[in-house]
Amino acid sequence: MSQELNLKDKLGLNVFKPDKQHHVAIKPGRERDPRLLMAISVCPAGLYSLGPEGKVELTRDGCLECGTCRIACGTDVLDWNYPAGGAGVQYRFG
Amino acid sequence: MEKFDVIIVGGGLAGLAAAYTLAERELEVLVLERGDYSGAKNVTGGRIYLNPVRELWPGLFNQPPLERFIAHEQAMIMARGRSVTLRYDGSELSSEPYQSYSVLRGKFDKWLAKQAERKGAMLVTKSRVDDVIIENGKVVGVRAGGDELGADVIIACDGVLSLTAEKAGLRKPGRPVDYAVGFKEVIELDRNVIEDRFLLEGDEGAACLFMGDVTRGKFGGGFLYTNRESLSLGIVVGIKDLMEDELAATPDMLERFKQRPEIARMIKGGQTAEYSAHVIPEGGYKALTRLYGDGILVAGDAAGFSLNIGVTVRGMEYALASGYYAAQAVLIAREAGDFSRNMLAHYEVLLNNSFILKDFKTFQNAPEVLENPRLFQHYPELIGGIMQDIYQIPDGAKPPLYKTVKKYINFREMLAMAGDLRKVSKI
Repeated sequence: MSQELNLKDKLGLNVFKPDKQHHVAIKPGRERDPRLLMAISVCPAGLYSLGPEGKVELTRDGCLECGTCRIACGTDVLDWNYPAGGAGVQYRFG
Repeated sequence: MEKFDVIIVGGGLAGLAAAYTLAERELEVLVLERGDYSGAKNVTGGRIYLNPVRELWPGLFNQPPLERFIAHEQAMIMARGRSVTLRYDGSELSSEPYQSYSVLRGKFDKWLAKQAERKGAMLVTKSRVDDVIIENGKVVGVRAGGDELGADVIIACDGVLSLTAEKAGLRKPGRPVDYAVGFKEVIELDRNVIEDRFLLEGDEGAACLFMGDVTRGKFGGGFLYTNRESLSLGIVVGIKDLMEDELAATPDMLERFKQRPEIARMIKGGQTAEYSAHVIPEGGYKALTRLYGDGILVAGDAAGFSLNIGVTVRGMEYALASGYYAAQAVLIAREAGDFSRNMLAHYEVLLNNSFILKDFKTFQNAPEVLENPRLFQHYPELIGGIMQDIYQIPDGAKPPLYKTVKKYINFREMLAMAGDLRKVSKI
């Protein structure tokens, strides 16, 4: 365990099942909303990043469905739902 | 519309406890679970206290599929570059019935689901509830995967965000100040190594909490629980504090924590098997959501039943017990043939008379008191500094111990400490 485990590798250890639709989405026109900036630092899966032109971007894979972004950013800027039944992360240990 | 006596949204601990209790009384119970199996969407830090819930279902927890019984409690105060550890061993922790166990939800929830099914509850997995059906102001069913399913009463046990309770108008999306996020790794390690490293005999387990530098002054701390053949290592941190720290990057906090020599030694040779995260209700009594409405009850994390009082962090036994009391309220309502909110208010009465709301009222000031940043940065550094100077032998003469301590605790510091102590005394 001496070397740092890269976040992508770490998420790669989890079992994810694909969803037809992405369950969390940035509301159109809210990509530059300061409330959304919060998601970049709080997301435990590091799925939010700042793209060109100051727009926040959301990576689709690796969501842990923890709900932190929904609490931190709010539902004015995020369309937030759980993945469809049987999709998304399936924790083996939890 | 297909009709059941009770529909339970969410097959976690609250939902399964309610299902088990109602199925035992031969009600037709449907549990809708969005994961592939119960436990697939659940995350715990890792320990459950069984004492408060054992008597609710005599015999059920005689041989629970849990990890290790916690026989050793450890707290580490972390300053930058140094730490102080307190370990508590008590004979009561090693005598049956054991007070608490480390737990992995993947296994435990699956087992509880099987017990509920054996009693006759119907569990449908891979089923997400999309909406509640409301008629004349009363919840009469749910929509799930295109189906409309009806019931006399719905129990929302769909976790901390409870979109079900939100759609039923019982709550609004939560405020950052009332929630924390926990994130952890399950690190596989040979069981003999675990036992040697943590000084455990057989099935004994250790629980370690860490405060201070682990969150860099933010509300929260680290945790480590020994499982049979793995360690659960993680961090809980307040979402509001996380938002106020521009330099915070949540995933990096855990990596930094693992790099601390104290932690690196504990997990050495281990292989990370899973990385998980979940929001936790931390607002206590004042942040509880509405517990019932017409045709609906709310239990477990969905209601906010998780309590952090600094030395212990508890949630799962509140989930189990609130599921039990929700079921009792359903039975009372059924007897009366009335599922209106007036009748379902019995739920709150039952909770008030139980350890759940008694605990929440006793510790209602805990969230405010624990918000004090001095607890998470100033004191750990202070204690670390004092220890450093006490143990240090300089290259010349050593000053008197009293002087050494007094350097840290001057009059101003004493005043501030007295103030903090007065606040802490409210817990």
